[in-house]
Amino acid sequence: MSRWNNAKLVVFALAAGACVQAAAQTAKPLYPGVGRAATNAEIAAWDIDVRGDLKGLPPGSGSVSRGETLWEAKCTSCHGSFGESNQMFPPLIGGITPEDIKTGRVAALAKGGEQRTTVMKLSRISTLWDYINRAMPWNAPKTLTADEVYALTAYLLNQGNIVPDSFVLSDKNMAEVQARLPNRNGLTRDHGLWDTRGKPDVSAKACMKNCGPEPRITSSLPDHARGSHGDFVEQNRLFGPVRAVSLSGGAAVAAVTPPAAAPAADPAQALAVKAGCMACHTAKQRGIGPAFAEIAAKYRADSGAENKLMAKVKSGGQGVWGNIPMPPFANLQEQDLRTLVRWILKTE
Amino acid sequence: MNSKPAAPTGQVRPAPEDRRGFLKKSLTLSGGAVAALAGAGVARAQGDPAILKLPAHSTGLGQPVAARGYGMPSEFEKNLQRRESPGLTRAGQSSVAFTPLQGLFGIITPNGLHFERHHQGWWDIDPRQHRLMVHGLVRESRIYNMDDLMRLPSVSRIHFIECGANTGMEWGNVAVPTVQYTHGMLSCCEFTGVPLSKLLEHCGADIKKGRYVLAEGADGSGLTRTIGMDRALDDVIVAWGMNGEFLRPENGYPLRLVVPGVQGVSWVKWLRRLEVGDKPWDTREETLHYIDLMPDGLHRQYSSVQECKSVITTPSGGQVLLNKGQYNVTGLAWSGRGRVRRVDVSFDGGRNWKEARLENPVLTKALTRFNIDWVWNGGPAILQSRAIDDTGYVQPKIAQLRAVRGTRSIYHNNAIQSWLVAANGEVSNVQVE
Repeated sequence: MSRWNNAKLVVFALAAGACVQAAAQTAKPLYPGVGRAATNAEIAAWDIDVRGDLKGLPPGSGSVSRGETLWEAKCTSCHGSFGESNQMFPPLIGGITPEDIKTGRVAALAKGGEQRTTVMKLSRISTLWDYINRAMPWNAPKTLTADEVYALTAYLLNQGNIVPDSFVLSDKNMAEVQARLPNRNGLTRDHGLWDTRGKPDVSAKACMKNCGPEPRITSSLPDHARGSHGDFVEQNRLFGPVRAVSLSGGAAVAAVTPPAAAPAADPAQALAVKAGCMACHTAKQRGIGPAFAEIAAKYRADSGAENKLMAKVKSGGQGVWGNIPMPPFANLQEQDLRTLVRWILKTE
Repeated sequence: MNSKPAAPTGQVRPAPEDRRGFLKKSLTLSGGAVAALAGAGVARAQGDPAILKLPAHSTGLGQPVAARGYGMPSEFEKNLQRRESPGLTRAGQSSVAFTPLQGLFGIITPNGLHFERHHQGWWDIDPRQHRLMVHGLVRESRIYNMDDLMRLPSVSRIHFIECGANTGMEWGNVAVPTVQYTHGMLSCCEFTGVPLSKLLEHCGADIKKGRYVLAEGADGSGLTRTIGMDRALDDVIVAWGMNGEFLRPENGYPLRLVVPGVQGVSWVKWLRRLEVGDKPWDTREETLHYIDLMPDGLHRQYSSVQECKSVITTPSGGQVLLNKGQYNVTGLAWSGRGRVRRVDVSFDGGRNWKEARLENPVLTKALTRFNIDWVWNGGPAILQSRAIDDTGYVQPKIAQLRAVRGTRSIYHNNAIQSWLVAANGEVSNVQVE
């Protein structure tokens, strides 16, 4: 609106009397000039959530077999071929029975003792679809098409024996699958920990004197576990009335010495941490992927190793070190990629 | 003569810097004995070299202003770092770094030591490109950039943030050695931002039909949590400020949700979207994680409130007392339901309790610092603290929690913490009944 128009409005209001002025005041916008209307395209681009009642689910479909192909290419490196791997994340599949599918309650959850898999806890089919869609694959989230998400969801459900091998999952039959989820009746909101006025479920009293029987120690850390979280000496202040217990033996109390200057961080190593390489690789020990030292040893005599490995990191690979595929790291800058590969090839 | 029992004093073990023991000799030997000491002994007996010999910083020129454009802690404080719990997770992008509570004072967590929990790694987002969308059951869906948000009426409030899984490793038994790992998914900052209620009002949210708000992050995980409308209109903040500066990237720069009293996962970082709806969303962090397994096999969903809790931070596990005598035992107390009314401390494993001093300020849904004097007589002791909030709720013992919730809940363990002080001064993590 132009300055002139504004001026004209004011003049109009002044001339029209108190009644109109009051009306203009109630219509006065809150926080004028702040923000703008969202376009439909903008809302569509971001409003990706699928709710428990399946509101927001886009049309599409995918078969178990297509899901299997996608799974092998994009998911096995973290979750294993059948979603059962425990190496990188807790397992997705395992621990349910045909009886659970009938009752909608996973019996093993009440027994305890077993590791809780995703499919044991899964109570909403929307959760699986929504999370794969928004957050997977781990290093390239939001790159799957809706049909791919249906296919991957179908594959996981098949691995959990919830749908047959020939199944095609789509927006049309998601609700039917919901009715087969083994833990569909396993959630409760009947507690006081959500509502702002909720009532606590545990109630204690504040006794002050001679309370209860003589206390008995029921749990403490075994000696061998005391060092599980590193050297306390490096985790406490070097002065003051309490010091760190020294676990290294000898002097029971750490000597007061100024901390040594931290070794300058290797930029290539920092890059490897940042890019997520260290989730599967270490310098010396084989983990999910080969140790960097193994890679360096294998390619030591190969003059073209640098370019070969750069291509492999960029586009992913499988078969050289075993069946677990290496996911592609397509977003790495050329220069960072070269720095990383040179650093890996130098590992001894 | 009235014979008060002598206050326990005496070295349990030498501080390393005192290993020559000059002070002990000079202060405890009688005049005659001192006179008997010859040569070097006499020279030492004259006093502490740290006093007698002027140090370089008293006799030289120090550093100029702005030598460090952004100041850093002293070189001597380097041990206080955020740390991961080894073996807890495989990938650093989906992990936790714990705050070193064992070395902090007061109630404010320094920004560089605020605990970290990411689901798919952190980013340093260009604030000029960051947008917040508000839509759903609103009169008008709106887009705000940072410039827009910072024109709105702001508030600054001090609140604690605690991960729902804090102390989660200790449900069944003692699992970790120090307070950094038992309680370090806990921080407290002054947050600055616009109340969510103002944004909802600005967009004309239908608060009758729209009883829930979904918050979504802009990171790879696109983390989503449902907030009830009553809470959203109460004290939730869309925040950009943290202890006087902008949020740190690890804590959601440039925009995060602050949901006072509620577990950290709801404080969505890198906040990009708020949707008003008529039902809760049942997102992954509401149906597969952040759900509390009860003994009957049911999972409690939307368990959000961080109930009243406290912990002694000094002395605590992995530390050692050097001397008998006076100590200032200190710790933190907090409640997701309001203010801390009182903190009691026991030195005998919970048989007898004394009321601790509360340091000011005592704020709602904020950490509260407590202190109590303790004269250690050199014998074994079990230290505990117990907080009571202004609703009258008393922090329970671990046995009381287990009686209702079992040992596999993972989340919301607000049990009384016990630290065993051994006769040699070493402090360790124990559970008592």
